[in-house]
Amino acid sequence: MKKSWWKILSVMLLLYTLVGGFLMNVPRLPILNETIRALYFHVPMWFGMTLMFTVSALYAIRYLRKPDRDDDIVSVEFANTGLIFGMLGIGTGMIWANYTWGSPWSGDPKQNGAAVASLIYLAYFVLRGSLDNHEQRARLSAVYNIFAFAAMIPLIFILPRLTSSIHPGSGGNPGFNGYDLDNNMRKVFYPAVAGWILLGVWIATVRIRLSLAEEKILDLEYEKNK
Amino acid sequence: MKELFLLQLRLEIRKRSVVISLFLYLVCLVFINYLTLGSQNVASVPRVWSALFWMALLATVVNAIAKSFMLEKSSTGIYLYSLADPAEIIISKIIYGFFLCVGVCCTGFLFFSALLNNPIQDAPLFFLTLVLASFGFSASLSILSAIASKTNNGSIVMAILSFPVIIGILLMSIKVTKNCIDGLDRSASLDELLTLGAINLLVAAVSYLLFPYIWRS
Repeated sequence: MKKSWWKILSVMLLLYTLVGGFLMNVPRLPILNETIRALYFHVPMWFGMTLMFTVSALYAIRYLRKPDRDDDIVSVEFANTGLIFGMLGIGTGMIWANYTWGSPWSGDPKQNGAAVASLIYLAYFVLRGSLDNHEQRARLSAVYNIFAFAAMIPLIFILPRLTSSIHPGSGGNPGFNGYDLDNNMRKVFYPAVAGWILLGVWIATVRIRLSLAEEKILDLEYEKNK
Repeated sequence: MKELFLLQLRLEIRKRSVVISLFLYLVCLVFINYLTLGSQNVASVPRVWSALFWMALLATVVNAIAKSFMLEKSSTGIYLYSLADPAEIIISKIIYGFFLCVGVCCTGFLFFSALLNNPIQDAPLFFLTLVLASFGFSASLSILSAIASKTNNGSIVMAILSFPVIIGILLMSIKVTKNCIDGLDRSASLDELLTLGAINLLVAAVSYLLFPYIWRS
């Protein structure tokens, strides 16, 4: 119970996000109207995704420095969770764009960047699937993980800023900069970010435990059949 | 490092069929573009020209660099492994791939201007972009080729791994090419060129750091 305080905190924060996000007052802006509430659900997905991929890359580096099967599993499961967050981010973004931009996909640089980043990590899983040797799979996929992370940074953070975008927060559109994020919205937004990230870490840790248990079962079976 | 580079060059000259098949591949691609679209339609829309040009180059370059590790016999790999430092190997491969890419790019440009007209107005800037993009392709694809060569279905994995990673380089190059066709002022493309250079440096540094780990197996 002592160790699981952050899981309880995550549930509380997300409950608060759900209730507060749908019921509390938001500024009435033209076009955006009520869709501004997407801020509580869409934006934290990207924060979560970036964090998960960063952790995944860090564990990949750790694996390369000192090969340890557990590090590899942590790296994979964080990449998995990051990919789920990325997909949800694209999904929530498309719902929002349907009501504000008029169509779910309008080829905005940010949308394309997000799609390519998801492709990179899908390729990472394809690479893992096509290698049979355990140790080789762990090492090569760790290398690709770091490489992909390095290639993703310009894609997500630099390129969209160079081209004109209709996404909020770039090209002169209001985003969640200090001056146009309403104080009332802050009260929900920051807890929402914390809650979603905690939930992501929780998902990842559950999956890591599951993989470790599976590995252990395989080891035991191997011992038995020897 | 110089010996490694020369060794590759000598192997290449000895096995000319690979390079010739590459150029034939490129010619076929350009010719298909020409047959399906016709020179008039393509040259009148700068975006179409630059997109087609870079797509044809992309396909050829991926094949060109993919072979740098995949066509190598395992005995050659062990021989090199016992002789040279992995850092030297990747640097010589990147430099060799760079020259190969520049060759592919220039040939591609020649065929494109022969069949689909040449709308480029600012040639020096365009060639600078070609050189920068070639280096980026070579630096990123060499290490991916080394990864893909370890898998059982190398060529498909190579395509899957490489396309998302080099999209950044490709987008920047297409943009500068469009500026070259429109004859815009050079300062308009400065941002893109700087980003392209930065991506190149990043990718080259990461390949240099990571390659020893692949090479060990």
